[in-house]
Amino acid sequence: MTKQIVIVGGGLAGTIVANGLARQLSGQLRKNEVSITVLGTTDQHMYQPGLLYVPFGRIREQDLFRDQRKMLNSKIQFYVDPVKKIDPKKNQVTTESGKTFGFDYCVVATGSRLRHDTIPGMTEGAHWFYDLEGARKMREALDEFEGGKVVVNINAPHKCPVAPLEIVFMLRDYFDEKGILDKCEITYTYPIGRLHALEPVAMWTKPEFDKYGIKYETFFNTKSVDPKKKTITSEEDVTLKYDLLVTVPPHSGAQVVTDSKLGDGGWAKTDKETLLHVGSKNIFICGDTTDIPISKAGSTAHFEADTIIDNIASLVTEGRMARKYDGKVFCFVETGSNSGTYVWFNYKTPPNPGPPSQMIHWFKLSYNRLYWLSARGLL
Amino acid sequence: MAKLKTVDARGAYCPGPLMELIAAIKLIEIGDDIEVLSSDKGSAADIPEWVAKVKHKMVGIKEVDDHWSIVVKKMK
Repeated sequence: MTKQIVIVGGGLAGTIVANGLARQLSGQLRKNEVSITVLGTTDQHMYQPGLLYVPFGRIREQDLFRDQRKMLNSKIQFYVDPVKKIDPKKNQVTTESGKTFGFDYCVVATGSRLRHDTIPGMTEGAHWFYDLEGARKMREALDEFEGGKVVVNINAPHKCPVAPLEIVFMLRDYFDEKGILDKCEITYTYPIGRLHALEPVAMWTKPEFDKYGIKYETFFNTKSVDPKKKTITSEEDVTLKYDLLVTVPPHSGAQVVTDSKLGDGGWAKTDKETLLHVGSKNIFICGDTTDIPISKAGSTAHFEADTIIDNIASLVTEGRMARKYDGKVFCFVETGSNSGTYVWFNYKTPPNPGPPSQMIHWFKLSYNRLYWLSARGLL
Repeated sequence: MAKLKTVDARGAYCPGPLMELIAAIKLIEIGDDIEVLSSDKGSAADIPEWVAKVKHKMVGIKEVDDHWSIVVKKMK
């Protein structure tokens, strides 16, 4: 009887899991003892970190995309047919086209989405770079911008913990290169009482911001934006004026997770070590989709995926789990147009970023290309 | 009767217990409580500081073995 593995979501997490399982179970796939199916929402795979460069014209849009079918091992079945219901009791998923896929093992990797619609005025008044359409609009706005108050506004929760700082440094460099830096005042807002969630990163950032005259407002959680008056107001009763507003909007998980009662806000309840959906023995959750208190980052998805691949392969071939996820996260930090650093940690090891260097910046630029090898399970 | 949701943020470095609280409190109803478990003693200071600024309500802070249990009521 063919063991069916269904992966819901064709983003980074889903793609790495699918390809990793195809590699570890290649013999079983060949003999039809195992089938792997990926159900995605699009036929294009996007390299999301590349979006950071789009507003500044520093990446060609075509370099952000690859054909998803070609990203996946040829023995994986792939359909662009979003899942609308996951049924843990019947061990099946139902798609928008009405098809049903039964599973022995399921991996839910439905990611996170922007919810600027949840803050009054934000969609109309703000720019963002977290999706291609937003990044393009931001590029146009930056082309026309001749100087003024720039507010970079960060909301919780969001994916890519580092992007808030990266965008500030890149905006500053962009204004400098454009010759309007002396006409610009950048104010950065952050939800908690320091400049970044990671204390060592926050401590590194403060003198950098002070050196560059970047202002900041901490304990700022956006309540509303007034696009006419060009003001942004926080739940903590602070109002800032802006000429250009760049936001990292709050995120939620996918609707299918809430509709399937796997968790609240689209975040599926997940055991932080086994990565199983709480109460399940055969549904794994991977990437942004989990409700684990951990960074929503590509590297988290990658390390979680590696654990899930080993566990499902082990369950199929040996009837047991292989190992636990240790909470590892590894993120690059671009600190300007020509320098970078990185930070890593796990459940037991706190983060300790090193000083920025040009070498790490160049390695990050290389990773923009190497990413495609990661997604294909080759790196 | 107020519902209680628990967020186990022990060993969470990023985004950390306060950010997890801020994200989770958006998903509960006004009048319900969130309990954050944190192994970072800084949470016992930064969570009450935020709660006061944003005008939610501190229900209690307890040190339990190797971590803190911090309960907040959503007021708006």
